[in-house]
Amino acid sequence: MSYAIYHPTVARLTYRGLLGRRRAAILFALPALLLVLCVAVRMLTGADDDTARTVLGGFAVATMVPLIGVIAGTGAIGPEIDDGSVVYLLSKPVPRPTVIVTKLLVAIGVSVTFSALPTLMAGFLLNGNSQNLAVAYALAAAVASVAYSAVFLLLGTVTRHAVIAGLVYALVWESLLGGLISGARTLSVKEWALAVAERTAADGAVSAQVGLPLAVTLLVVVPAAATWYAARRLRALTVAGEE
Amino acid sequence: MTTLHLDNVSRWFGNVVAVNDISMSVGPGVTGLLGPNGAGKSTLINMMGGFLAPSTGTVTLDGTAVWRNEAVYRHIGIVPEREAMYDFLTGREFVRANAELHGLGDTEAQRALATVEMEYAQDRKISTYSKGMRQRVKMASALVHEPSVLLLDEPFNGMDPRQRMQLMDLLRTMGDEGRTVLFSSHILEEVEQLAAHIEVVVAGRHAASGDFRKIRRLMTDRPHRYLVRSSDDRALAAALIADPSTTGIEVDLKEGALRIQAVDFGRFTELLPRVARAHGIRLLTVSPSDESLESVFSYLVAA
Repeated sequence: MSYAIYHPTVARLTYRGLLGRRRAAILFALPALLLVLCVAVRMLTGADDDTARTVLGGFAVATMVPLIGVIAGTGAIGPEIDDGSVVYLLSKPVPRPTVIVTKLLVAIGVSVTFSALPTLMAGFLLNGNSQNLAVAYALAAAVASVAYSAVFLLLGTVTRHAVIAGLVYALVWESLLGGLISGARTLSVKEWALAVAERTAADGAVSAQVGLPLAVTLLVVVPAAATWYAARRLRALTVAGEE
Repeated sequence: MTTLHLDNVSRWFGNVVAVNDISMSVGPGVTGLLGPNGAGKSTLINMMGGFLAPSTGTVTLDGTAVWRNEAVYRHIGIVPEREAMYDFLTGREFVRANAELHGLGDTEAQRALATVEMEYAQDRKISTYSKGMRQRVKMASALVHEPSVLLLDEPFNGMDPRQRMQLMDLLRTMGDEGRTVLFSSHILEEVEQLAAHIEVVVAGRHAASGDFRKIRRLMTDRPHRYLVRSSDDRALAAALIADPSTTGIEVDLKEGALRIQAVDFGRFTELLPRVARAHGIRLLTVSPSDESLESVFSYLVAA
């Protein structure tokens, strides 16, 4: 069967829900923090590629992008399922894949706007895109946004503890274990995205732990599988009553 | 598409059985789903609305399975019990969104808002609505596509008497139009006023089904128990037991009272004061000891 991949009403409800809730404040605060940090660094140390790498790789891609991914991905569906208002969305003859893909597109749009775009601006602020670092990290942020959105949207569909699970993945698995255990790096969205940045930036400017072919494959397969499974789960979503 | 069939439907959560082997058909007209709180009414409605899979058995709408089948929502409208409903939207935006999800537009949304008389507040945010207003907007959202089946979970909760009457009129009209309207309630009087046909659920079981008046009679004709204190308990007991409306009297020495079982409710309530006056006995306490809805229902289950 073929489905529309986008339903404007679903999209409107999703982004208004995403940007209208209190946690949306983080969506604005994190990029603002990054940009303020960049201006301060640039004024204190001048343009420096190493500093740019530290800020873009260490804060933007490693911390800000996954956090915004968690908020956008889980926030695109989790709160509706938690409070039960998803009933109004699901008691309609709209194919579930359409609902999920629309929500995914909104989550990606929000993630890219609030993480990849600020990363690009930050790069230009830090070193004027020397060694193509700004573009490379922004591209990494963008592809990571897609993967995080899909994975966290699935989490938001299957568990009420999606935000916690997302934070554990983003902060514990990727940042902490990724630094200690090399195997964890292979299963890390951040490393896949850095593989894309490695190719985009000047030679040797960015280093990734995963090869580009594997990274690109996983960047395609993981979001696709997550989205397929989320649609499946949504179709059989149980809405518990008050009893 | 008008008749919902439940065939041997059970639903359990872990080792708690919420719905136990229920079979029923709900057809055109207004049907009341009556039962005490926690009886499994919401679980049943969730299964009828396709939001919960039966553990065993099937729920079908004119032969089509309801579970995992979003196409049925062309025919079904749902008014959930839960309060949450995109509170950041205005009433108009909310109903409009519901219409769009059905492939409809502003015309249908406005008509639904007019039906529930919510046009006056349609541009206010839902978060500012009272419970009754929310209930009516929920109702509008379920009516936009003029469904042939309407499922309402405790729709009268939180409504004031005027709103209640208005919603009853609306549901009655929809039933008269040949739509299938099923609403749940734990309040006997609500069901009595609206539904000729009722389904009674107690503790997950299908306790009774059919014409309201018949079931009401079962309910009022059941043995009633009273606790009575008077100035002369034994004399009163002797006088009462002579009448066929009384089937048993116990003199409870510890309580200093009579425990009376009556079978004919109407006759007994008329008899008691008359007998007391004739014998010069003063009645100090007359209290029904099993008037809770639960006891009424459990009597029905046994009947």
